[in-house]
Amino acid sequence: MADNGIEVKNLYKIFGPHGDRYIQMVEDGMSKDELNAKHGHVLGLKNINISMPSAKIQVIMGLSGSGKSTMIRHINRLIEPTSGEVIYQGQDICKMSKADLMNFRREKTAMVFQKFALLPHRTVIDNTLFGIEIQGASRGQAEERAKHWLKRVGLEGYETYYPNQLSGGMQQRVGLARALTNDADILMMDEAFSALDPLIRMDMQSILLELQEELHKTIVFITHDLDEALRLGDKIAILRDGEVVQQGTGQEIVLNPADAYISDFVKEVNRGRVIKVDTVMTENSGNTTLRIASGSSLEDAAKRLIDAGETAADVVDASGAPIGGITIKATIDAMVTPATH
Amino acid sequence: MSLKEMLPDVLAEFPKMGRADLRDFKKGIDETFRVFTRENGEAIENFFYPLKMFMVWFEKLLLATPWPLMIVVLCLLVWLGARSITMVIMTAVALFLIGYLGMWDDTMRTLALVSVSTFVCIAIGIPVGILMAKSDRTQAVIVPILDIMQTIPAFVYLIPVLMLLGIGKVPGLIAVCIYAIPPVVRLTDLGIRLVDKDVLEAADAFGASPTQKMFKVQLPLALPNLFAGVNQTIMMALAMVVVASLIGAHGLGSQVLKAVNNQYLTLGMMNGLAIVAIAIVFDRVSQKFGKRLQKHSETIHG
Repeated sequence: MADNGIEVKNLYKIFGPHGDRYIQMVEDGMSKDELNAKHGHVLGLKNINISMPSAKIQVIMGLSGSGKSTMIRHINRLIEPTSGEVIYQGQDICKMSKADLMNFRREKTAMVFQKFALLPHRTVIDNTLFGIEIQGASRGQAEERAKHWLKRVGLEGYETYYPNQLSGGMQQRVGLARALTNDADILMMDEAFSALDPLIRMDMQSILLELQEELHKTIVFITHDLDEALRLGDKIAILRDGEVVQQGTGQEIVLNPADAYISDFVKEVNRGRVIKVDTVMTENSGNTTLRIASGSSLEDAAKRLIDAGETAADVVDASGAPIGGITIKATIDAMVTPATH
Repeated sequence: MSLKEMLPDVLAEFPKMGRADLRDFKKGIDETFRVFTRENGEAIENFFYPLKMFMVWFEKLLLATPWPLMIVVLCLLVWLGARSITMVIMTAVALFLIGYLGMWDDTMRTLALVSVSTFVCIAIGIPVGILMAKSDRTQAVIVPILDIMQTIPAFVYLIPVLMLLGIGKVPGLIAVCIYAIPPVVRLTDLGIRLVDKDVLEAADAFGASPTQKMFKVQLPLALPNLFAGVNQTIMMALAMVVVASLIGAHGLGSQVLKAVNNQYLTLGMMNGLAIVAIAIVFDRVSQKFGKRLQKHSETIHG
C-alpha cells in the first residue's frame, strides 16, 4: 500500500498584503499581537511541523482562532502558505502548478465542512456525486458509486431529497458520502461534527471509526472538542495562537500535558477511557485467572475486575501470552489522579 | 449695492468659453460625427442587417399566424411558464379583447419588438454580468456605463442612433435595448457575487475548474436574481415602446404617439392599456417561472 502520509514542514502563514516580509520578525519572536499592532498583519500559523501518519486519523485540535482551520486548508491549498512545505508522496503541494493542484484536489483529497457546504440546488444524490462528476465520470457509474456510499452512511431512500429538507445530521451524512464517493486517499474533515447535537455527533464519530477500519484513509480531523479528539485521533496535535503546543497520542497528552494550558484542557477528560492498561501494568503477573487484553482502556479493565470480583489481573497480548499484570488499586489510582503541571 | 457689484468681474460673472469658440466646439464634434456616419453608416447598417432580417421575419410570422392559433400558442407558453390556469384564462381574455378592439396587428408588432429586444438583452447582458462578477476591475468600468444608460434621457441617445441608422426597426430595437439591458447585467453580477462562500470553497476543494464552478455552482445559484433581472428587462422594454416609436418602431407605441399628437383620448387609453395587459402577462409568467426554478428552497426542514 502506498504511503499516504503528509509531512508539514516549517509552515508559516501571515495574513496581509506583504506577509512574506514579516517571517523573519516572527521567527525572531515577535508575537501575534505585536505584529498586528505594528504592521497590520495577522499571524495565522507559526512554524508548523506535523508528520501526519498514513492510513491513520490525525486530529488537529485547538480553540477558535488557534489556526486549525487555516492549517487544514494548506493541505489542499485552499489557502496559500506564506512559506513552508506540505509534502505528499514526495511532492510539495505548495509548489504545484494550477493544473496539478486541480488534479491533486480531484483525485487525492476529499473534504467535509463544518457548515456542510452542500449545493442547495442539487438533490442528495447529485450532491453526493459532485466530486466524481467534476472528474468526468459517466452519469451511470457516478450514480452507482454515490448510491453505494449513501447507503453506507444510512441515507438510502433519500436520494431525491434536497438538502434543506434534511436535518443537520443527515446533511452532514451527505457531506460525508460526497467525500467518500471521491474515493480519495486523504480525507479532510474541518470541524465536521461540531455543528451537530451531542448524540448525533457520537453517532457520526462511530460511523467514521467503523468506515476507517476498512478504508484506511489518511484522515485529517479538525476539532475544538478534546473528547472528540481523544476518541478519534491516532495522533493529536494541539494548536494555540497558530503554534503547535503539543503533539502525540491521546494517552501521551493526557498523561504528560506539556504546559498549564493543556493540563487545564485535559483535567475534565474521562481518563479511564483514554489511558490503556499497558501504561499502569507492572511486570508481576496478577496471579489470577482473569486475563485482560493489551490495549484495553482502564475503564474496561476496572469493569472486568469488579465483575469478576478480583483485585488483580494478567495483561495478555494478541496471542494470549501474559505480558504483565494490573491491580485494581493501580487502575483506579490512574483513573482519578489527573496529571498536574 | 449688491454683493455682485462689489466683486471683481471674474468672480461676478462665470468665466465662460467664448461664444464663437463654443459654437466651433459643438460644430466640430457634430461635423466629425457626421463624417464618421457618412463613412461607416453602411458598414454599421450591414452589421445590423441579420438582426433586421430576423426582426422582420419574426414580425411577419406573428402577423401571418391566424389569431386563434396565436392565442392558443400564447396560452400554451403561459401555461408552460406559470402552470396556472387562472393566468391562462386571463391571457386569453386579454388577447381576445385586444383583437376585438382592433389592436391585434399593432399588438403583434409590439410583441415582436419586445421579444427580440429581450432576447438580445439576455444574449448580451448575461455574459457581461458574468464577466463583471469575475473581476472587480471589469465591474468598476461597467457600472458607470450602466448608470449612464439608465439615467440619460432616451431622446439624447436617439439622436446618434438616428444619425447612424436612420428611421426603422433596428434603431427602435437598439433604443429599447440601451434602456432595458442594465437590470439583467446588474442582477446577473449581483446573483453570482451573492453565492455562498462556503459552497464555492467546497467546489474548489473538490477540484472544480473555473468553468465547472460557473456552470455547476455559481449560475444555478444565481438564477433567482438573474430571473429578477430578466423580468425587469422585459418591463423596461415594454416601457420603451412608445419612445421607440418616435424613430420608427411600429406597434402599440406608434398609436399612442398618434393619439398624443391628435388629442385622441380613447385611442391613447386603449393602446396604453393593451401595453399594460401584455406587461402584466409577461411579468407574472416570468416571476412564476423564476419561482418554479427554485423548488429546492420551498420545503425547509423544521
